[in-house]
Parts: sequence; structure tokens; C-alpha cells
Amino acid sequence: MVQISLSRRALLHSSALVMASAALPRYGFAQAVAKGGRLIVAADSEPRNLNPAIVASNGVFFISSKVIEPLAEASFEGKDGLEPRLATNWEGSSDGLSVTFRLREGVVWHDGTPFTSADVAFSALEVWKKQQNLGRLVFANLQAVDTPDDHTAVFRFSRPTPFQLIRNSLPVVTSVVARHVFEGMDDIAASPANNQLIGTGPFKLAEHKPGEYYRLERNDAYWGEDKPYLDEIVYRVLPDRAAAAGALEAGEIQLAAFSQVPLADLERISKVEGLKVYSKGYEALTYQLAVEINHRRKELADLKVRQAIAHAIDKDFVVKTIFLGYAQSSTGIIPQNAPEFYTSDVPAYPFDPARANALLDEAGYTKGADGKRFSLKLLPAPYFGETRQFGDYLRQALAVIGIDARIVNNDSAAHQKAVYTDHDFDLAVAPTVFRGDPAISTTILVRSGTPAGVPFSNQGGYANTQLDALIDKANETVNVAARTELFRQFQRMVAEDLPLINVAEWGFITVASAKVSNVSNNPRWAVSNWADTALES
Amino acid sequence: MKRAFLLLRRRAVGSIVVLLIVIVGAFFLLEAAPGDAVDAYVLSIGGGDPALVQSLRESYGLDRSLFARLWLYLTALAQLDLGWSVAFNRPISAVIFERLPNTLWLMGSATALAFSLGTLLGILAGARPRSACDRILSVGSLSLYAIPSFWLGLVLSIVFAVQLRWFPTAGIETIASGKQGLARALDIAWHLVLPVCALGFIYLALFLRMMRAGMAEAWRQDYALAARARGLVRRRIVLRHVARTALLPVVTMLGLQAASMLGGSVVIESVFAIPGFGRLAQEAVALRDAPLLVAIIIVSAVMVMIANLVVDAAYALLDPRVGAAETSA
Repeated sequence: MVQISLSRRALLHSSALVMASAALPRYGFAQAVAKGGRLIVAADSEPRNLNPAIVASNGVFFISSKVIEPLAEASFEGKDGLEPRLATNWEGSSDGLSVTFRLREGVVWHDGTPFTSADVAFSALEVWKKQQNLGRLVFANLQAVDTPDDHTAVFRFSRPTPFQLIRNSLPVVTSVVARHVFEGMDDIAASPANNQLIGTGPFKLAEHKPGEYYRLERNDAYWGEDKPYLDEIVYRVLPDRAAAAGALEAGEIQLAAFSQVPLADLERISKVEGLKVYSKGYEALTYQLAVEINHRRKELADLKVRQAIAHAIDKDFVVKTIFLGYAQSSTGIIPQNAPEFYTSDVPAYPFDPARANALLDEAGYTKGADGKRFSLKLLPAPYFGETRQFGDYLRQALAVIGIDARIVNNDSAAHQKAVYTDHDFDLAVAPTVFRGDPAISTTILVRSGTPAGVPFSNQGGYANTQLDALIDKANETVNVAARTELFRQFQRMVAEDLPLINVAEWGFITVASAKVSNVSNNPRWAVSNWADTALES
Repeated sequence: MKRAFLLLRRRAVGSIVVLLIVIVGAFFLLEAAPGDAVDAYVLSIGGGDPALVQSLRESYGLDRSLFARLWLYLTALAQLDLGWSVAFNRPISAVIFERLPNTLWLMGSATALAFSLGTLLGILAGARPRSACDRILSVGSLSLYAIPSFWLGLVLSIVFAVQLRWFPTAGIETIASGKQGLARALDIAWHLVLPVCALGFIYLALFLRMMRAGMAEAWRQDYALAARARGLVRRRIVLRHVARTALLPVVTMLGLQAASMLGGSVVIESVFAIPGFGRLAQEAVALRDAPLLVAIIIVSAVMVMIANLVVDAAYALLDPRVGAAETSA
């Protein structure tokens, strides 16, 4: 550090002596961030409900996180991986029955009304707890929110709720909406206000031209000093993936996130002058490639068969060939990007077709005259090219060990019905998401008791009372160390019994013009507020 | 004129019956597809709890039976109410009429390009069947016809938009430009060049082949021989005698092509990110929005019918044999 500041001072000094005076302002300009400008970004969808307080999903956050802010955002450097947004401090009581938030002062809504603790109380009780897809789970036991003053909100829970869970879910489930906008509405979820967002964020939603673009304008009254740097963000709707790559190359857009430029095009794109490829900035949005198993099938209910399938998958091949290296192989149900919980101390299933064959023989499923042991119905999820490609790979890998997998391709709605409602599958390929805490969207993948019709949940008929008890215990364990240890046990138990098989974990890729700075500088960058993002003219 | 009117009236009555069958058919077809609008939506938001899924299904009206929904839709439709799109969370009429102009511009220009250029080149090819010029045009047009439109669209986009940068890669107009009047019209025209070429070139071949075949046929007729025997200039024979008769089936084709053009625009609209009808239809299916899909089908059917009525009327005016039965009956 010392050296850097010395050299910078020396450089400044020498430049002042040597350079012509005209060069000085330019140097000063290079030190400061560029201000102003319109950043044009590719968007592949237009959410039907844009309110992140109701729909906590990446598609919604991608646009609305610039307009509506959470209490805290994920951070590479901050304590517990968080940095303050609308809350400046948060503290849980030792009994797990309350959490106290200190709220930022001097914040105003886009319509000029001051932001207070009443907004947080309203959002928590009326929106997150009642309406939000994830908040309904995290805040299930939220009973009341006390507001002793305008800038303090005390969340009171009816049953002990781990502060660790609340803290980890802050970036995702706590988008604060304005009480004065929604109060008194019969049906908040159906309100037109959900698409005419009023927030406290660095940008205001100025215009939406369906099928073409969203336009966000700088919020001049934003609380962050000097921020935001950009004047405008325009989301241009480009449903075709090749179109996004072309528009980047032609300079019509400056940024494409969420791997909108397909992995196969990255090598070519990375050589285009003036474009940069970022694989950072998705650490808190880690996706996992998992093989879902229908345990109602007699063969698959046998642990040895599941172990054989795990041994038949060459994870390195999957990472190198399907993900072109932009992924890492999984060891279990919690990804390595969650160091707070992750443990590598779990049973491993190295690629070993001979061992897989032996296990299947042991289980009593010997090869028939045609070399096949039994047939399975394999349903790859259609949402990503990689899930479909992995389906093709898995079919070949299973053929090697004598399992004949027939692939059934569906579109999204049909896949959801077949796998999660009708259970009409033997194996399915799913892209599951880890959302900061295992209790948010990970334990549901293996816990029994979720009714049919819920996507990304255990619909394979797997029921393990020991595992269920462990999950329930973790859900009410307030002590951080104890709860973390329970989740380490949870990983071991899942890897031992293989209710599903985790293959790889991946983040997305951002491609941006070199003129865009402060890209990918937090673990949820694409869905954070972009207040410090700048564009050189 | 009376002839044309009677023809129109008969067509209009027949059309309503066809429309009703199409509406009910589309409803059942989409119902037969696995998964409903709630499945599609819940997936897109990354999941939710069972109670949320249930309450969504109630608020979408999907807890009611298929026939109850169909009846509701038909009674609303009878009052010219197209209904509410659950996929877009907006009135269907608003969604449709916002996209209709884009598709009309795209299809209209592509049809005009395919028809005019196709007919012209067809006349060129048919003027001297089996000549070198005919051979080159025939092979060229067949090759064009064999190209999938999305591929042609991507290639045009890579060459003329990404590399040469003569045209924009995608979109219907420069986004958030605030252009008005003539400047906006020119901007839209500039954006439409590549998609119109991609869509028009494929159909061009069809008109070319038809025109050429018709002319080759006409050359063998006695009146062509008579014209040559009278010693008319070749250009006059080609334009006044041969091409003119060959044009009639091509005009019929124009009406028929309006329908398939609509289908072809699904792909082109996605490649060039044009918010039009084709893309809307695809989204309606993916999101399982039956009322929206039916509304799209109705409006498309009406468009195709209008195109065919215009063609029929033109035909009746051009050819005295057409519609003669109506006046005598």
C-alpha cells in the first residue's frame, strides 16, 4: 500500500513538472470516475410483475434492484459478506425472537416522501411475509415489527428464528417498498404499482416500452454521495442469444449479463477489441447442476443404484466440455461458494464405471442379453442449454453401465408439470440455486412433505426421517456455530444417501464494453444497484 | 361491382364459422399441452410455496373447468372484449394492438418485396424459358428457397450489421431516441431493411417460380403463337400477352402467402428482436396464455381474410369469369 501511494505521488509530482499544463486536467479526470452517460444492457425477458418485494427472482432483480433497495447487499469485503443499504446495522437477540435494524437516515422515496421504519414494517408484514415467493418461508414466524422511532425497526418472531438465516437472506428477501403506495390495497400482488415502481434506489423507472426496452433515469436525490454515476440505464429486450452477442460486437449495447452471450461464443467475443469477459460477480447466485431422482422407481430406491449412477458421471468432463471450464465440479448439496457452510468432508463418488457396474451387479440388476440392465425416463430441464446438453451426456454415461435412459424433452411449463406435479420421470436434470443460506432453497430439495406442484422441491418421493429431523433442528437453532455444524452434518447425510446427485456448480458470465467500469464488484453484481457503475464516454 | 360484393358477403359468412372452429380448437390444443400458465410463471420466478401456487391458480381463474373458462371467454368475445392476458398482466387488446403495426410493417414490406421482385425476375426468366438467364435465376431462387429464414437472418445480421455496420443488428427503431414524424419513419425503415430482406427473399423464390412456370405455359398457347405470327415486338408479347395471363395465379398466391408469412415472422421477429405478432404467439404458447393465443389467432385470421378478400375482389375485377355464378343465381 505504501509503495503504491508513494509511486502515485511521485508520478503526480513528476507529471506536474514534466507535462504541459494542458495535460493536467486530463490526468485528474483519469483519477476520478467518469460521470453521466447511458448504459445499454441486454435483457432477455420482461417480468410480468416487476416488484422485487413480491417476486424475489433474478429476472426481476436484474431490472428492479436499481430502483428498489434491500436492507443490505452482498459484499466481497463486508462483515458476514454484507454491506449496508437501507439498514446501517442489524443485530439479533440471543433467544432468536427478535432482530433490530437501524435504518439509514435522510433517505427519500422517488416521489419525495421520506423513508421511515413504517415502510420497513409494512413491507415485512404485508408484502414479504404474505406475498413474496421466498419471504413467505423466511418470515413465516414473523409476528410483529415494532417501530420505536422513525429509524429503528424491531422484528419480533413467534418462534426462535436463526439470525444467521435472516442475515444471509437480507439481500434477497428484504426489498423495501413504500407504505404510502401500497397501503389499503385489497390485492397487493395484482396492483399496477408493481410495474410502476417507486423506490429509494439510485435509479428511477422512467419508461417501459413492452417488447423493446426499459429506461431507468438517475435519481438525483439518491442518498449515496455523488452516486449514481450513470445518467441512464436502458434494458434492451433481446430474446435471441445470438442477437445479444451481435449487438455487443456492433457496439449497440455495452453489457450482457447472466450468460446472455452463450458460452460457445465467449472465445470469439473475448478476442473482440473493446469487450471484456467477467466470470466474477455471481458468487451469491450459484447454480448447481443436479440429477433429481424419482425414488418411487424400485431400482432407484436402492442406494447402490444411486451410487452407481454417481460413479458413472465424469464431473470433470462435464465441467470441461459442457461448461467449457466456466464451472466447477460439485462435492455435495452446498456449493463451494458458500464457505460459511461448505464442507469437503463428505463421501465422494469419483468417476469409475467399473465400480458402477459392480455396484449394479451387487444390487441384483444384471445385464440382459442386449447389455441393458433396465430403462429409465430422463427429463432434462429446458431452461439452460447446459442442462439439456448434460441430459445428452448423462444418457451416454448411463449407457456405459448398462442403464438405458430415454430422453424426454419438454418446454418449461410441460417440464414443471411432468416432474414437479405428475412425478412422471425417473431421472431429471435440474438447475437448482443456492441463495445464501441452505434453509432458503436448498433443504426443500431433499426434505419430505412438500405437496406436488412446487418447482425445485423434493418431488421424487424421497423421505428420510433422520434428515427431516436434522433440517427441522437447524431451522430453530439460533446459535450460529451450532447451526453451521448441523448443516455440515446435513451435507454429509445427503452425500451418503444421495437423494439427488450434485454434479457441477456454476455462476454466469458478464460481457461488457471496456468502457464500463466497476463491473462484477460484488457477489450479486448483476442484481445489485449499480450505483457505482460508470461509463467512459 | 355487385359481383364483387356478393362474393365478399359469402366469404364473410363462411369466415365466421371457420373462426369459431379455430377458437375452440386453439383452446383445446393449448389445454392438451402439459402445464398451465401458473406452472410457467412459478418456474420463471424460481419457485414458491404450495399456498402461493394455489392462490395464483385461483387469481388466474385456472381452478375453473375448461368449459367454464371457454364459455366465459366466448361470452366476453361476443361483446368484443378480448380479455386479460395473465402472461403479460395487461388487457389483451393493448398487448395486441401495440404489436400489430410492427408485424404489419414487416409483413407488408416483405410481401411487397417478394411479390414485386419475384414477379419481375419471373418475367425475366419466363421471357425466354430455358435460356441462360432463366437457368441462373431458377437455380438462384431455389437455393434461396432452401435456406432456413433464421439462418439467412443471422447471416445478414452478422455481415451487414456486425461487420459492415450499415444497418442495426436488431429492434424496430432506435431505442429511447425520442424521434418523431419523418425522422422516426426513416429510422423504422432503416431497422426493417435486414428483417424484410430475410423474410422477403425466401418468399421471393415462390413468386418467381410461379411466374416463370405460368409464362412457360402461356408461351405454348395459341394466342402467344398468334401474337408472334402477327409479328409483334417480343417485349410487347412478353408483357401484354404472356406475363399478363401468368399473373393471375400469382395474385392468388399473394393471398395465400399472407398466412405463411405470418408464420415465418415468428423466427425473424426473434432473431431481429422485433416486438411483433409472431414473437407474441410464441410467448403466448410458452407461457400457456390461452386467451392471448386465441386473440392472436383471431386477429391473424381476420388479417389473412382481409388479404384474401382484397385478392378475391381484385381477381373478380380482373377476370370476368370469377363470381359470375353469384349474379346468375
